[in-house]
Amino acid sequence: MKIALMSTAALLALAGTAEAATLRMACGAPGPGQNVCIDSAKEWAKKTGHEVKFVATPNDSNEQLALLQQLLGSGSDKIDVMQIDVVWPGILANQLLDLKPYSKGAEAQHFGSIITNNTVAGKLVAMPWYIDTGMMYYRKDLLGKYRLPAPSTWDEMAATARKIQDAERAAGNDKMWGFVWQGRAYEGLTCNALEWLASFNGGTVVDAQGKVSVNNPYAGKALDTAAKWVGTISPKAVLNFAEEEARGVFQSGNAVFMRNWPYAWSVMNQDGSAVKGKVGVMPLPKGGNGGRHAATLGGWQLAVSKYSKNPQLAADLLLYMTGAQVQKYRAIKGSFNPTIPALYKDPDIIKASPFMAELYPTFSSAVPRPSTVTTGKYNQVSNQFWNATHDVLSGNAKSSDALAQLDRSLKRLAPAGFVSAK
Amino acid sequence: MKKHPVETLLYYLAVALVMVISLFPFFYTISSSLKRGSELFSTSLWPEHPSFSNYAKLFQDQPFGDYLLNSVLVSGGAVLLSLGVAVLAAYALGRVSFRGRGVLMMTILGVSMFPQVAILSGLFELVRGLGLYDHLGALVLTDLIFTLPFTIWVLVTFMRELPKELEEAALMDGAGVFTLIFRIFMPLLLPALAATSLLAFIGAWNEFLFALTFTISPEQRTVPIAISMISGGSSFELPWGTIMAASVIVTVPLILLVLLCQRQIVSGLTAGAVKG
Amino acid sequence: MTSQTLTAAPPVRAPSVQSSLQRSRQRMAWLLVAPALLVLLAIAGWPLLRTIWFSLTDAQLGDLTQMQFVGLDNYIGENGVLRDAEWWSAVANTLQFSVISVTLETVLGLSVALLLNTPSRARTLLRAAVLVPWAIPTIVSAKMWSWMLNDQYGVINVMLQGLGLIDTPLAFIADPDLSFFTIILVDVWKTTPFMALLMLAALQMVPTDCYEAARVDGVPRWRVFTHITLPLILPAVLVAMVFRALDALRVFDLIYVMTSNSRLTKSMSVYVREQLVDFQQVGFGSASATVLFLIIVLFTVAYMAFTRRRMQGV
Repeated sequence: MKIALMSTAALLALAGTAEAATLRMACGAPGPGQNVCIDSAKEWAKKTGHEVKFVATPNDSNEQLALLQQLLGSGSDKIDVMQIDVVWPGILANQLLDLKPYSKGAEAQHFGSIITNNTVAGKLVAMPWYIDTGMMYYRKDLLGKYRLPAPSTWDEMAATARKIQDAERAAGNDKMWGFVWQGRAYEGLTCNALEWLASFNGGTVVDAQGKVSVNNPYAGKALDTAAKWVGTISPKAVLNFAEEEARGVFQSGNAVFMRNWPYAWSVMNQDGSAVKGKVGVMPLPKGGNGGRHAATLGGWQLAVSKYSKNPQLAADLLLYMTGAQVQKYRAIKGSFNPTIPALYKDPDIIKASPFMAELYPTFSSAVPRPSTVTTGKYNQVSNQFWNATHDVLSGNAKSSDALAQLDRSLKRLAPAGFVSAK
Repeated sequence: MKKHPVETLLYYLAVALVMVISLFPFFYTISSSLKRGSELFSTSLWPEHPSFSNYAKLFQDQPFGDYLLNSVLVSGGAVLLSLGVAVLAAYALGRVSFRGRGVLMMTILGVSMFPQVAILSGLFELVRGLGLYDHLGALVLTDLIFTLPFTIWVLVTFMRELPKELEEAALMDGAGVFTLIFRIFMPLLLPALAATSLLAFIGAWNEFLFALTFTISPEQRTVPIAISMISGGSSFELPWGTIMAASVIVTVPLILLVLLCQRQIVSGLTAGAVKG
Repeated sequence: MTSQTLTAAPPVRAPSVQSSLQRSRQRMAWLLVAPALLVLLAIAGWPLLRTIWFSLTDAQLGDLTQMQFVGLDNYIGENGVLRDAEWWSAVANTLQFSVISVTLETVLGLSVALLLNTPSRARTLLRAAVLVPWAIPTIVSAKMWSWMLNDQYGVINVMLQGLGLIDTPLAFIADPDLSFFTIILVDVWKTTPFMALLMLAALQMVPTDCYEAARVDGVPRWRVFTHITLPLILPAVLVAMVFRALDALRVFDLIYVMTSNSRLTKSMSVYVREQLVDFQQVGFGSASATVLFLIIVLFTVAYMAFTRRRMQGV
């Protein structure tokens, strides 16, 4: 977090500047992501002579949202600029500043679909910061060693994982696992499970018209497929894994495949990493031959609190942070996918993160979570969905029962179907 | 009574077992906090090269010193406030017989059994209304919910045990009630006050839910919340090393205090029979 | 630190019978109690009333000024808390947690108390050691045990494997068959010392002549325990159990920190907070909070009836 250092540096830089303001920014939990964010915000502070302080938020995105909701709900000015998840604009819109008057048309540079996502009732409540999609990381060296091709369906992936896992364990690494992912009961599981569902053509829980669609045989098959991994190619502990736990296992060289977001790429390829240069990226597998490659659309936006005392400055910081220059830096330093299409042709970015150019097409096909139709209730929908999934994965419920139950409880949330508030 | 040697052996075996179970986790926490880098992931009982780097990192990466100070301020504030108010109430409840006394005692006891979550929404409104959201004051105030009833109950028990001749003599001399409480009873109650404060302090020090709900910015953060938020300190390590270091820092003062005041605590516990 | 038992004796009565003096003394007593009462009313009474009021509305956390009265909808309406299967599973989890952990803590606490009550040179050391788990903050013990029980690097798994008890490391926290047990284990570890100290206090109050009479008669020690000691300390044990149960029914931070949102271990308090904070449903959340409160009240009333009888019995 380096708050102490930061503020000292900032103070030194602006000794003598009378009207320097202090802005407070929340960009995640302490860790690699926050450090990259702090680097850029520091730049801005140096340039403008103002000070930026950082408010660390919990790692778990549910907890982050809960904190922001409490904070904004109380009308507090304790945070000026905050990062918000792609599924939150609908939930937080009432407490966020409309950025249109400040942006001078900057939004036109970004992916149109995200700008649409961030526009609630005609107000641009957040600027896109980076895109996330689910990706499959794999160990190039291990697949090469056993002469196995990159799998294209989940079943092929499981077979490959199994083979390598068994062989590596026989060779002495008894900590080896085939596949790690995010199975804790939290938003990340919703993202993982949505990919399985979509890859089997099982829909996205609630369809675009707001109808609950989750209770279908394809979804059941998807969940059954995943449930079989637990305890065979994935450690049982995966049921309590978030992103960092999965990365911890994969990065220490103890897993063949990992489902994670793009940020993991740069972290795993830094000096000192046990898997540096051994990692490949591929699309997430299809659900059988009739299925499709599906990646959940994630990503984070920056927003300004309505209660900020310095909206002009906060918007300025936000526009700097979401601008092309910082996004390029972030793409290279932290492999955060830019939200500005033009940057995908930037040679420096392609050199640092070759997968970005390859992945460009998948953004258009990425599966959004049903947050647009469920708006304020998205949280509960997602909670119900991850809990039902968790029940199936942990062997506590049969997929058919869990989905029927989920169907009932979602219909109870919105008896007439979800209707978009937009 | 002479014991059979086998019995003595069994006794000492049981004692050893209880001691190992009680102490091992904390011992292992200390040992983990001294391990550096990949050594953390070996399960050796003691690091080959003990290092304080986790502690250094803890204070470098975040204002952990401030968090400690916040915790001290909140717990200390809650304890002082409780004591001030509770001594008066305890005198009345313990030494004056008046109508409604029993009901009052039961009400106060009832408050100490409040599920904290049950009043969260009401408290949240109160805290907001007083303008205390994201302020240490909010925690001092809300921690009173459990420190105050507890303090009153324990002090009532101690008040009752004071000799009544003392009170009679003082009243005969025309001493006011405050003189009586603060000049005459207070010195006698010092050990009891120490034990009560310590127990109340521990309760407030450990408080989690209110701190999680009523504060957000790092300047107002207390240690338990800070520990729960330490995550992914650097790219290559799971943050267990720093978490363990933080745990040791938070716990050692408490353990020392508790061990120093063992006798008073045990008597405080048995007087008020209190859980911390 | 939330509970206490009564070791009540009637208050010392003022010696004089003069009624005006008596009356002024009573007035003074009320004045002295007033600050404490005011504080408690403000921070406990008022919020409780507000919570009950919120529970009859559709209030949302984002904007508490706009809400509508919805009657008992949050309780018994179609989507009311009493019809929510998840609430009942949280109730079941909590009850199960309370029963198992309190039973274990009582049995183990009594055993430790008996050890502590045996005169020996190791006694002081033992008492000090036993106080350590109790002094450790809940959040720290949750983290500490999460670390020791880690499936990848946890020392417990290594030990169990070393002893040949298990082949592959167990995922104590993630595995649904184990996570509940793990939470109970950590709670028992942390709270048994408290039970032991309470029971030690009770044991020390058993008059020694009882034992001496028994020894003279040559009664076997086990029978001394079951026939003399246990009946004498039983009231204190029961009180301690009720208090622990009241605490266990409110369990929050341990579960929150160790397993977070998993339905398998969700307790009533965790459920309430989720509704209130995560879902912003102040109305519905307050309704579930009120139900939780009523459950606790039931227990408390039962307890008070019990102590009153006990006080009269003495």
